[in-house]
Amino acid sequence: LSLCGLLAAHMLLMWQAELPTEVPKQNPYTSAAEVQHGKRLFAANCAVCHAPDGTGGRGANLARPRLQRAPDDHALFLVIRQGVPGTEMPPGWWVLNEHEIWQVAAYVRSLGRVAQESVAGNARAGGDLFRTLGCPGCHQTGAVGGRMGPPLTDIGSRRGAAYLRAKVLEPASSLPEEFLQVQIVTRDGWRITGIRLNEDNYSIQVRDLSDQLLSFWKDELTSIERQPGRSPMPSYRERLSDRELDDLVAYLVSLQSD
Amino acid sequence: MKTLLGLMIAGILAQAQVTYERIRHAEREPGNWLTYSGTYSSHRYSRLDQINVQNVSKLRPLWVYQFNALDKAESTPLVVDGVMYVTESPSNVTALDTRTGRAMWSFRREVPKDVRVCCGQVNRGVAILDDQVFVGTVDAHVIALDAKTGSVRWDVTVADYKTGHAITAAPLALKDKIVVGMAGGEFGVRGFLDAYDAKTGKRAWRFWTVPVKGEPGSETWSGESWKNGSAATWVTGSYDPDLNVIYWGTGNPGPDWNGDVRSGDNLYSDCLIALDADTGKLKWYFQFTPHDVWDIDATEIPVLVDGIFREQPRKLVLFANRNAFYYVLDRQTGQFLHAKPYAKQTWATQLDDRGRPIPAPGAQPTETGVTVYPHSAGGTNWYSPSYSPKTNLFYVAARESGAVVYKGEAEYRPGAEYDGGGLRNIPGEPGTGAIRALEPMSGELRWEYPLFSPPWAGMLSTAGGLVFGGCDEGYLFALDAATGKPLWRFQTGGKIISSPISYSTDGRQRVAIAAGHAIYVFGLEE
Repeated sequence: LSLCGLLAAHMLLMWQAELPTEVPKQNPYTSAAEVQHGKRLFAANCAVCHAPDGTGGRGANLARPRLQRAPDDHALFLVIRQGVPGTEMPPGWWVLNEHEIWQVAAYVRSLGRVAQESVAGNARAGGDLFRTLGCPGCHQTGAVGGRMGPPLTDIGSRRGAAYLRAKVLEPASSLPEEFLQVQIVTRDGWRITGIRLNEDNYSIQVRDLSDQLLSFWKDELTSIERQPGRSPMPSYRERLSDRELDDLVAYLVSLQSD
Repeated sequence: MKTLLGLMIAGILAQAQVTYERIRHAEREPGNWLTYSGTYSSHRYSRLDQINVQNVSKLRPLWVYQFNALDKAESTPLVVDGVMYVTESPSNVTALDTRTGRAMWSFRREVPKDVRVCCGQVNRGVAILDDQVFVGTVDAHVIALDAKTGSVRWDVTVADYKTGHAITAAPLALKDKIVVGMAGGEFGVRGFLDAYDAKTGKRAWRFWTVPVKGEPGSETWSGESWKNGSAATWVTGSYDPDLNVIYWGTGNPGPDWNGDVRSGDNLYSDCLIALDADTGKLKWYFQFTPHDVWDIDATEIPVLVDGIFREQPRKLVLFANRNAFYYVLDRQTGQFLHAKPYAKQTWATQLDDRGRPIPAPGAQPTETGVTVYPHSAGGTNWYSPSYSPKTNLFYVAARESGAVVYKGEAEYRPGAEYDGGGLRNIPGEPGTGAIRALEPMSGELRWEYPLFSPPWAGMLSTAGGLVFGGCDEGYLFALDAATGKPLWRFQTGGKIISSPISYSTDGRQRVAIAAGHAIYVFGLEE
């Protein structure tokens, strides 16, 4: 064993030694009162980085159903307890006991999640409509679908029916930051519309409407127009009957994370 | 033989001890970088001019040293006679050969698993004096190392890390003492600045930045709030050897966003304090942000300049504050001379003729949140500004962003965050930044170089007519110091959260900066 190997093994042992003997797979403390107490603890200990409503700032946005580092309750407990090494997320175990960690976890899980609503439409018919309208060309559900728009796999956990209805009618009414549309004109007159993937002082990277990954130095461009109020998605206001709209919304609401 | 002997003597001389006199006159040996900000006056200016406006386009990376740590790399390296001393997270020190980038020794120390730091297990650098290197640790020790071997000469506990004390700043070595600032402003600690005897580690003095009840200044804290008043000292200060005065910025009062529990001005939070270097006694103070409720620490670099202010020759201290104002103070008396915003701010309507801000109505944090500029991360932050005597300009990397700030409950629990609120970014407003060149006496903008996002990297100016800066997207860049024209850049592949330095190796100028999880060294293509 190399020295590095020994060290790694040692670290692993130390890491494991600190874990409680058994962390339940599911949060045992999820009542409304526990969530409320978790909210208070969150405000005191977590809001400085994650904002009081969990939407993030210096820390990650937690108001979403899927957390990258904490796909389940067990993982979320460990992240809060141990922190995230190499980031500014400190271990929570020196200020919160296990019960309190679960309460914070319960509150975090409640963020960005809407209760499944009962809606008027027929979700099955809405699913058929979703496909015949060509929505999967841009939106992923499960393993299927395109990349131009946001994935909708669990959209029903994150957004309410009223929001989804408004988006179908007026797609640009609010757009996720990672789907900023930009229009670029190069020095030789090439005009590109796409989704911004990355940007800095000197360059910009986009995925254009035909799914090409493109990168430009800014000094090769004559203009970059950021279009936060624009979306490549057309409005379906004139294309759907009231009934069809209800069905489509019902289908979107049915797309749940668990 | 004669030549060999000569070389040997040169070699020995080249590795002479780093006496106080050498640091005091650091500008006489621009091939080294002997103290955190380059000189005691903290200009972060290099007198080297081999790399200049004409040839900077030929600047190339020469070597990279990768850290053994994933935390943010905020270190300013020191360079002494061919050896670079650099810190790595959490509180480790490595001595590198500046020719090759290869390590000569490493000091690695386990820190307890439960250290309390608000913002990552970071370290911003070492101090050097005589034959010892000094480092502060995240568990609030200060340690003297043998500069030749990295072995521990002494190790002193500054404070209890379990109550939130930590050391992240580079110490400042002067005369026979090591001045050490502490962090912990988000944990309700009571702040202080310490000096230790360099030879023995015995504490020489301590200045409490929150006075105890009954002392002058204690009337600015309601009730028992002084006990958790914070005012940490987590960024390295400056020193005027002629006046024998140390200038040091202090941090936010605790709790950060809820001022209800601490009515009053909360001295000496958000101040520049001027201390007698021998005794640690307060000579004067200037409070930039009385009763701060936005977490806008005055922990920036005091830049000492002798200049003509309104036709009077004066000893000045220039200070680009996190509260988005640029200040000019008299450093002999602490008298406020001038201030001007250098970035967007909405927390003060104006400053009165003594420099006291008039708080803007509606800018105080509430339970539902209010929008205020600057963001708590400030118009600038701990990273260094630079002053060039060649261009007579003051360079600051400015942050243009706001925040929604909230007031929350403030219950003190030892070792837990004591924030009394929090903040969030303004939706749809990611913020921007700019390198700004200010006329030092007026704070008037001479030029600016826009940045895509608010920066976390400091500035270096040089006699080659250049300023170097960095950005969150990983570029180290060089601008024309007179005009701001971009002349060179390099993509390091990691965020730059540190300040650049310059030195020379075998008579050739180098530029170095920590970026991502590594140190990069650049030189001209030959």
